[in-house]
Amino acid sequence: MTEKINIFGLTVLQLQEIVKSIGLPVFTASQIAEWLYQRRVTTFSEMTNLSKKARELLDKDYCILLAEPSKVQVSVDGTKKYLYPTEIGKYVEAAYIPEKERATLCVSTQIGCKMGCLFCMTGKQGFQGNLTTGEIINQIQSLPEFNKLTNIVYMGMGEPMDNIDAVLQSIEIMTSEKGYGWSPKRITVSTIGIIPAMITFLDKSQAHLAVSLHSPFDEERQELMPIQSVYPITDVIEEIKKWNLGRQRRISFEYIMFKGVNDTPKHANELVRLLNGIKCRINLIRFHPIPGTPLQGTSFDDIVEFQNRLKSKGMTVTIRASRGEDIFAACGMLSTKEFLKKQKETDF
Amino acid sequence: MSSKRQLLELRVETIRSIAHGVFILSFKHNFHFTAGQIIAVDIIPDGKPRLYSIASGENEENMEILFDEKKEGKLTPFLSKLHPGDAIYVSEPFGTFRTYTDPGYWIASGTGVAPFVSMARSGFGKNKILIHGGKADENFYYSELLESIMPQQLIRCSSQQEDTKYYKGRLTQWLKDQKDLPTAYQYYLCGSAEMVVEVRDILISRGIPFQNIISETYF
Ligand SMILES: Cc1cc2nc3c(=O)[nH]c(=O)nc-3n(C[C@H](O)[C@H](O)[C@H](O)COP(=O)(O)OP(=O)(O)OC[C@H]3O[C@@H](n4cnc5c(N)ncnc54)[C@H](O)[C@@H]3O)c2cc1C
Ligand code: SF4
Repeated sequence: MTEKINIFGLTVLQLQEIVKSIGLPVFTASQIAEWLYQRRVTTFSEMTNLSKKARELLDKDYCILLAEPSKVQVSVDGTKKYLYPTEIGKYVEAAYIPEKERATLCVSTQIGCKMGCLFCMTGKQGFQGNLTTGEIINQIQSLPEFNKLTNIVYMGMGEPMDNIDAVLQSIEIMTSEKGYGWSPKRITVSTIGIIPAMITFLDKSQAHLAVSLHSPFDEERQELMPIQSVYPITDVIEEIKKWNLGRQRRISFEYIMFKGVNDTPKHANELVRLLNGIKCRINLIRFHPIPGTPLQGTSFDDIVEFQNRLKSKGMTVTIRASRGEDIFAACGMLSTKEFLKKQKETDF
Repeated sequence: MSSKRQLLELRVETIRSIAHGVFILSFKHNFHFTAGQIIAVDIIPDGKPRLYSIASGENEENMEILFDEKKEGKLTPFLSKLHPGDAIYVSEPFGTFRTYTDPGYWIASGTGVAPFVSMARSGFGKNKILIHGGKADENFYYSELLESIMPQQLIRCSSQQEDTKYYKGRLTQWLKDQKDLPTAYQYYLCGSAEMVVEVRDILISRGIPFQNIISETYF
């Protein structure tokens, strides 16, 4: 018996291919999408506006598989960290961050990551695979607080631009009329600056972009982020400057503050110079130390001073509140390394 | 609106298999580059090129890349089937991974040895020690050439071959076994993310400042 194909996570276009292949009218695809993403049913028999024959045909070869979170941890500040199983028997985490007037879900795009940033817990687990579109959307749709969500940020495990096709498809499901119908303004995708995929993202989606900057100096950024030797931050910024992103779309630069490394007045001045000409926001982030790290976080007072220096030069700067640090849900702390087999097969 | 990297059409000069699923592809070129740099490569002019470290020396007539075929990959299964004379599409060399003249260790896993091969061929190997990790002895690519350039400075760690001629174990084990890892040396890491993050953790735990560790991960 061949295994049934999971259709959860398919876009209307992809569903059209399927319905055509089994001889159903093309409009059935839109109906299925509505059932999947708006009414959120999990069986074909519930899709009552489809003919009985259509439902039987679909049920023969296809299925709708979602995965409930297998664990949840709750922080003293109300942040929740959910653990989701993936199709290949591994796990990813998603962080739900409720605030007064909004509720944000930070989703993962990969199991682990290939980018090896020095300050990141996910980077430390290496790379175990890309998530499918269904697995990205599942983190949202299977969230117990789904109905409260106001914002989605792609800042969980993995580099979204290294799984760009699935990321774009997931955004399409969230924003399309037959999907959740959300505005792309509710969605922010982060990147360390993989330029070719970032170009595709800017071209194919309307969601906001958040670039991880962390140092305006090439050599220093290279020590923190290996990607710098391939796509230097100056090239990333040059590329962004070429895009006319309109008023709706926001570009922000993420800046984790490391004591004595990237928090001096010299850094603030260079940041201003580097970002000159881009309408953007800088998010200063407190560093959450991870085991074995040689880095330390800048004190809150010094972060405020850095912020004031940037503000005095006309920059828009916010300090991101730390959330969920006690449950390892804060920025840069997500990891599912404990679930990996001890001595796995490597190329070395 | 955007600036995609331009690719030039060049002709394959040679392609040879040097180990199970691993190939060296060469082509003539007029590029200037610094050892350690990369190129974007494709078999079509306007696709989604992949990145490869240059493995040849700075002043050599042919440019070489070393790659392993990924079964489900979009490019490498096609790259490996090219013949001499076939077209390939290649970008100008770019990237800033390079070696400095201070003494140092070059640490590589698998095909991550490529930039160090280029550096050695370009005369930067004098005060460097190359530690190469592979599953088996056949994965020590360019071994003969490296032996001819830096015979006393080569450490090969074979993780899975029982009867290996070299160090039996992972390169991370070799590093852990060392009593002395000089803290003033530069450490250059290239290869899979798993290797880079594991080695970096070991080096940092041994007191090497993170500023002395320069990494390139293959993604
Ligand atoms: C700096 C650097 C240097 C490298 N040097 C070498 C080398 O010397 N030798 C070597 O064997 N390998 C090297 N690689 C890896 C190489 O670039 C390829 O990833 C590898 O050869 C597999 O390619 P593939 O197309 O066969 O596999 P695939 O699995 O199809 O693709 C591999 C990678 O391509 C990217 N990718 C996938 N889909 C898309 C898309 N739609 N748009 C844009 N990008 C996409 C992703 O990053 C993915 O991980 C290097 C990688 C980097 C980053
Ligand atoms: S910061 Fe992002 S890109 Fe860097 S290792 Fe962590 S998950 Fe990957």
